[in-house]
Amino acid sequence: MKKFTKLTSAVVPLNIENIDTDQIIPARFLKATTREGFGENLFRDWRYNGDNTPKPEFVMNNPTYSGQVLVAGKNFGCGSSREHAAWAIQDAGFDAVISSFFADIFKGNALNNGLLPIQVSDDFLAQIFKAVESNPKSALEVDLENQTVTIVETGAHESFEINPYKKSCLINGYDDIDFILAQTKLIEEFEQAK
Amino acid sequence: MSKTLVEKIWDAHVVKSEEGFPDILYIDTHLIHEVTSPQAFDGLRKRGLPVFRPKQTVATADHNVPTLNQLLPIKEELSRYQVDMLTKNCAEFGIELYGLGHPFQGIVHVIGPELGITLPGKTMVCGDSHTSTHGAFGAIAFGIGTSQVEQVFATQCLLQSKPKTMKIEVNGELGPGVGAKDIILYIIAQISAAGGTGYFIEYAGSAIESLSMEARMTICNMSIEMGARGGLIAPDQTTFDYIKGREFAPAGEEWDKALAYWKTLYSDADARFDSVLTFDAADIAPMITYGTNPGMGMGIQEHIPATAAQPETEKVSYKKALDYMGFDDNASLIGKPIDYVFIGSCTNSRIEDLREVADFVKGKHKADNVTVWIVPGSKQVEQQAKNEGLDKIFEAAGFQLREPGCSACLGMNEDKIPAGKYCVSTSNRNFEGRQGQNARTLLASPLTAAAAAVTGKITDVREMLEKVEG
Repeated sequence: MKKFTKLTSAVVPLNIENIDTDQIIPARFLKATTREGFGENLFRDWRYNGDNTPKPEFVMNNPTYSGQVLVAGKNFGCGSSREHAAWAIQDAGFDAVISSFFADIFKGNALNNGLLPIQVSDDFLAQIFKAVESNPKSALEVDLENQTVTIVETGAHESFEINPYKKSCLINGYDDIDFILAQTKLIEEFEQAK
Repeated sequence: MSKTLVEKIWDAHVVKSEEGFPDILYIDTHLIHEVTSPQAFDGLRKRGLPVFRPKQTVATADHNVPTLNQLLPIKEELSRYQVDMLTKNCAEFGIELYGLGHPFQGIVHVIGPELGITLPGKTMVCGDSHTSTHGAFGAIAFGIGTSQVEQVFATQCLLQSKPKTMKIEVNGELGPGVGAKDIILYIIAQISAAGGTGYFIEYAGSAIESLSMEARMTICNMSIEMGARGGLIAPDQTTFDYIKGREFAPAGEEWDKALAYWKTLYSDADARFDSVLTFDAADIAPMITYGTNPGMGMGIQEHIPATAAQPETEKVSYKKALDYMGFDDNASLIGKPIDYVFIGSCTNSRIEDLREVADFVKGKHKADNVTVWIVPGSKQVEQQAKNEGLDKIFEAAGFQLREPGCSACLGMNEDKIPAGKYCVSTSNRNFEGRQGQNARTLLASPLTAAAAAVTGKITDVREMLEKVEG
């Protein structure tokens, strides 16, 4: 799994609430049998017209905005369990997603792929959107070790929560299967005792 | 120490619990389908691992399958490839597959219960968020991502933190024309599409206890639409009667042993929930959604809440949703013409749903402006419907009874609602583009959907029921 420690980057702001997994990656693009290549269809129907021409008003089609951090309104990733949503965001070049609230399954899927979901307060989220509105190149610094996110320009910062186990997985780039496989004997004992 | 039902089942499945780590939770049954499994099988190959417990894994093809001429090769190339891949993977790893042409094929959350695979006290997972459906039997059942599918393949376990618990009580009697779908759409409208996030929900109260198993499945199915990973209902005589005699249900001595255990599966009287909500069944009307998340629902006679009345941070998203739907602030939906009616999905495609619709439309005919698709949840439901002559009633009403699959719930096959068209759907999600690019979905109960099919517009089904009774 991809490691994550620290990054400083401009952001792509998407100030919409309840962004569901069908918007992140519509079901008709779930037919691939590998994990790669979903990025081109990220936010497909917001990003492109029916004839595949880009919608200029969508933020990802605006060259003013770029960066490895996606910032979105609350309840991001609600809906289906499709891990393709996390793969698509990562494949499009993002390493972290910031919102004031994440849906459970999306959050787990992101963590299992080394894409860092950062939950901040409504107030701090509003500050980020405001900073980007006044300066589209405004950068954020994300520090996983210290669990902080900072608006570089203003110095405003907030700490975020992450399960200590998942944090060490991200920093070291190892996944749950490595962890559980080491417990196979215990699993077999559990089965026999059942 | 007193425990909630979730805690009882959870604790009985913990292989290892260690401070600072998620629990290692043992999974009794793993359900898989063609869309979220191929990358997990690939992962096993890369690691050189077998499926640890293939006999506890059950597969079906549902998301991509056509709902007409299922025995012909699938026309759409990518869908066909994905379904073929499932067949190959199941053969290679020794997993039982109820694929196209098999009498047990169907939507994964319909076949588990009807085959007696879903049982009280079990832990069950599937790479599908509507796995919460199985909670209706008093099981811990939840949706997982593909990395976790691989985890369960490899170890029959999941690393999972114990969820918080919420009890939702619905007491009293439901009014005429109001069913399980209305209860759950009402609850979601009350607590929002994120109101259950982080919780496992136990549904209780006299209105829940009076429901059939099919209706309980409808309720638990949509737990995820308020963000809850799972929802469950304590098993009772209704549950036991439903399970007894099913294909893979325990029998003989095994049955007696299982039943004795199942009867211990309830929340202790003084068990503590992290949150408790109570609703009165009498307050619930037939529901309809007007927006682009399942929390945007209202009683069918109500008016769409005004944008101005929304919290400041939500106004832009709210207005965007109404614009997508082509609806205005304060509008009533009664009398609004519609184009499609879809009766199906893991929420409402069981035999009881089809019976209810058939009973209502018998002797009536669909409106000319409406296309009606009825997609049964499984081959067994389809067969049962035919045995009971429901297919004849649907045919006479101009409703098309198709073959089983997820179909227009998410439009992965060719069953898509055209751009701009309105569809009254018994499915679970009204997200933008869910049923087809720019399609507009109004979620409702099978009865409300059937009423819309007959009148060609949004209709309060209670008025039609009264006419029959009067």
